[in-house]
Amino acid sequence: MSPLPDQERWSDRAVELAMSNVLRLGVALAALLVAAGGVANLVQRWQGATHFGAFPGAVSFTTPRAIVRGARALDPAAIIALGLIVLVLTPVARVVFALLAFAEQRDRLYVIFSLIVLSVLFIGLTGHAL
Amino acid sequence: MNTLDFTIVVFAGSLFAGFLGSLTGLGGGVVIVPLLTVALGVDVHYAIGASLVSVIATSSGSAAAYLKEGFTNMRVGIFLEVATTSGAIVGASVATILPGTAIEVVFGVVLLFSVYLTLSLREPAEAVAPIAGGEGLARRLRLAGSYPTPAGEVTYAPRRVPLGFGIMAGAGVLSGLLGIGSGAVKVLALDQAMRLPFKVSTTTSNFMIGVTAAASAGVYLRRGFIAPGLAMPVMLGVLGGSLIGARLLIGARVRLLRLVFALAILALGIEMIVTGLHL
Repeated sequence: MSPLPDQERWSDRAVELAMSNVLRLGVALAALLVAAGGVANLVQRWQGATHFGAFPGAVSFTTPRAIVRGARALDPAAIIALGLIVLVLTPVARVVFALLAFAEQRDRLYVIFSLIVLSVLFIGLTGHAL
Repeated sequence: MNTLDFTIVVFAGSLFAGFLGSLTGLGGGVVIVPLLTVALGVDVHYAIGASLVSVIATSSGSAAAYLKEGFTNMRVGIFLEVATTSGAIVGASVATILPGTAIEVVFGVVLLFSVYLTLSLREPAEAVAPIAGGEGLARRLRLAGSYPTPAGEVTYAPRRVPLGFGIMAGAGVLSGLLGIGSGAVKVLALDQAMRLPFKVSTTTSNFMIGVTAAASAGVYLRRGFIAPGLAMPVMLGVLGGSLIGARLLIGARVRLLRLVFALAILALGIEMIVTGLHL
C-alpha cells in the first residue's frame, strides 16, 4: 500500500483497502491448508468408505485444542480442520480491524457496534456467554 | 462409493454450484445443500456445515474485491451485522435440535421463496432524492455514504432503518438454520426496504455474509456438524467455481441463466419438501 499522510492512515478508504488484503490472505491460507490436508487424507484413505449418511458420524475434531494437537501430529483431517478454523476466523479478523479503525477515528458509536458484533461472534465460537 | 469417488463427485458438484451461484448472484449454498442431501444421501446437518464453510470462503473472497472498488458501506454493514450475527446464532442453535427432516422441509420452502424473489427481481428500486446526511436513525447513526460513478461521487442515505434491521435479523436466522448466505434476503432489506443504491446493496450484503456465517459456523463446529472430509471438496469446489463465474460474469446472458437456475432450484426445493415429509 502506498504511504498515506498521518490523518489519512485510518480513513475509511485506507481501512477498506487493508481489510481487503486481510480477507484475501485469510482465504488463501485456509484454502492452502484445506487442500494440503485433503490431498494427504485421500492418499491415506482413498479406499475407505464414506459415512455422511447418518448423523452423528465420526467427527473427532470439534475443539481448537484437539485440532491443533492433531495438526501438529500431521493428521490430515486435523489439518483440514485447522484450515477451516483459519477460514472462520477471517471474517472475525475483519471485525477486529474495523474496531481498531473506529477506535482510531474516535468514533465511539461504531466502536460499540463492533464490540457487540465481536461479543456475538465470541459466543458463537466458544459457546460461552461473556 | 469409496472416499476418492465420493470426493471427486462432491468436488465436481460444488464447482458447478459455485459457478452458477456466482453467475446468478444467488450464491453456492442454495444449490449445494440440496445436491448433497437429495442426490448423494448426505445427512442435512453435515451438508449445512459444509455449505456454511463454502459461504464464508466465497463471500470473503469477493468482499476483498468489492472493498477495493469502494461501493461497500462499512458503517451500514457493521451496524446490521449486530442483527445478522445474533439471528445466526439463534438459527444455528435451533438447527442443532431440529430433526433433519424438519430442516429439509424448511429448506425446501426457502428455496421456493428465493425462486420467487429471483424471478420477481425488478430493476433497482426507484431512486429517492437523498436528504443530506439522511433523517431520523440514519442521521443519528451516520449511515449515509457515497459511491463512485463515471460522473463522480454520488451520495445517498438509507431509509427505514428499523425495518432493514428486522429483516436482517431474519436473514441471520435463515443463514444459521440452513447454512446459506441468504444474500437474496439481505439485498431485499438493503435495496427494497432501506432503498440503498443497488450496487451498494449487493456489495454490502456480500460484506456481511462472511461474518454472519462465521457466527453460526462456531456452533456447527463445536457440535461436530462440520466434517473435514466433506467440507474439503465442498469449500474448494465452490470457491473455485465462483472464481471462474466471476471472471465470466461480464458478457454472460445473466437473465437466461438466472431463469434456468431458478427452475433447477424450484425442482430441488420441491424434492426437499417431498423427502422431508416422506411423501
